[in-house]
Amino acid sequence: MNEPTPRRTWPLYEVFVRGKRGLNHVHVGSLHAADDEMALHNARDVYTRRNEGVSIWVVRADLITASSPDEKDPFFAPSADKVYRHPTFYAIPDEVPHL
Amino acid sequence: MADTGTPATGTPDTAPHTGPGTGALEAGFDATVAADRRIEPRDWMPEGYRRTLIRQIAQHAHSEIIGMQPEGNWILRAPSLRRKAILLAKVQDEAGHGMYLYAAAETLGVDREDLTERLIDSRQKYSSIFNYPALSYADIGVIGWLVDGAAICNQVPLCRCSYGPYARAMIRICKEESFHQRQGYELLLAMVKGTDAQRTMVQESVDRWWWPSLMMFGPPDGDSPNTRQSMAWGIKRHTNDELRQRFVDMSVPQAAALGVTLPDADLRWNAERGAHDYGEPDWAEFKAVVSGSGPANAQRVAHRRRAHENGAWVREAAQAWADKQAARAARKDAA
Repeated sequence: MNEPTPRRTWPLYEVFVRGKRGLNHVHVGSLHAADDEMALHNARDVYTRRNEGVSIWVVRADLITASSPDEKDPFFAPSADKVYRHPTFYAIPDEVPHL
Repeated sequence: MADTGTPATGTPDTAPHTGPGTGALEAGFDATVAADRRIEPRDWMPEGYRRTLIRQIAQHAHSEIIGMQPEGNWILRAPSLRRKAILLAKVQDEAGHGMYLYAAAETLGVDREDLTERLIDSRQKYSSIFNYPALSYADIGVIGWLVDGAAICNQVPLCRCSYGPYARAMIRICKEESFHQRQGYELLLAMVKGTDAQRTMVQESVDRWWWPSLMMFGPPDGDSPNTRQSMAWGIKRHTNDELRQRFVDMSVPQAAALGVTLPDADLRWNAERGAHDYGEPDWAEFKAVVSGSGPANAQRVAHRRRAHENGAWVREAAQAWADKQAARAARKDAA
């Protein structure tokens, strides 16, 4: 009845770990797993053998949308030409405190 | 962002770099390396750089995976629950190190499954050291002390490798590797404080492992054609002989503290150089072991192949379960 499913490679997951309370999740690496739950278990075994984390995110790598390095300059350029976004843009007399 | 960028496709952004603009891309790459900044997965890189890294990282990953065998064989025979637990944790770390490194290799556009195939088909190599058998329990201590010690010498500079994912994997590995070396040395300290038979066992083990450990740094500089290019690319930071010298200088006082003799008649302090002179490893033996004629080559690869093949049903079952769950979820969505 059922054709055997052709063998395929398990999808790639990216792994993010919160090192401790108060910190953001940080990307630590990747692994392969058949499904989300297995990815989470594998991530625990591979990336947190020494209390490196209190929380893990896994996400299938093909679901991540990334900026392209080719358009790096135009993509990030708008933030470079707005110097008035930085506090040092504003000259304040030295004698004015707490500013 | 994830290291891999668009990993699922496995196609890096570089394609054939014959078109216009390669010069600018190459200049950008060179400038990044020259400024000691890191190359990241989706950056343009020369094909040779990519190839060299894939080969080196895969070989490194395979070494960690094959490296589980000589020690794994002693887990059941370790003399106490404490020693069993330690050895088990160490072998588990080695599996983990292999996984970090395969993950780093994949960011370069290769497939992990394919790397495993290349290992079990003997199309890719792993460190020559794992082709020597662990014959006595003292070997577990000596492997930790000398083999992991040599590995640390090799690996610490790789934490500054120009390729970001490899450097980051190495940082994790080096942190964990220190436990490996210390547990080995502590084991040996316990043995040399024991009986004469135990001391003899430690010395016999050191006699067998010393030279193969020196060979872990690779051929002498004059016979290592890739070193210069790897150093120019910031993949390698020191030559094989520099690292070997560092290892010898570190090991001599450690051997003295254990009360063992390193089996090299030419080993002596050279005050002029501020370093130890030492004898020449048997490079014919090194070449033979690297090219497949070591004491345990066939056994190691056969074991890895068997483990991979025996695990096939687990991988298939997990996949079948995932497919079933996905189908069920799809039906629920449709309803």
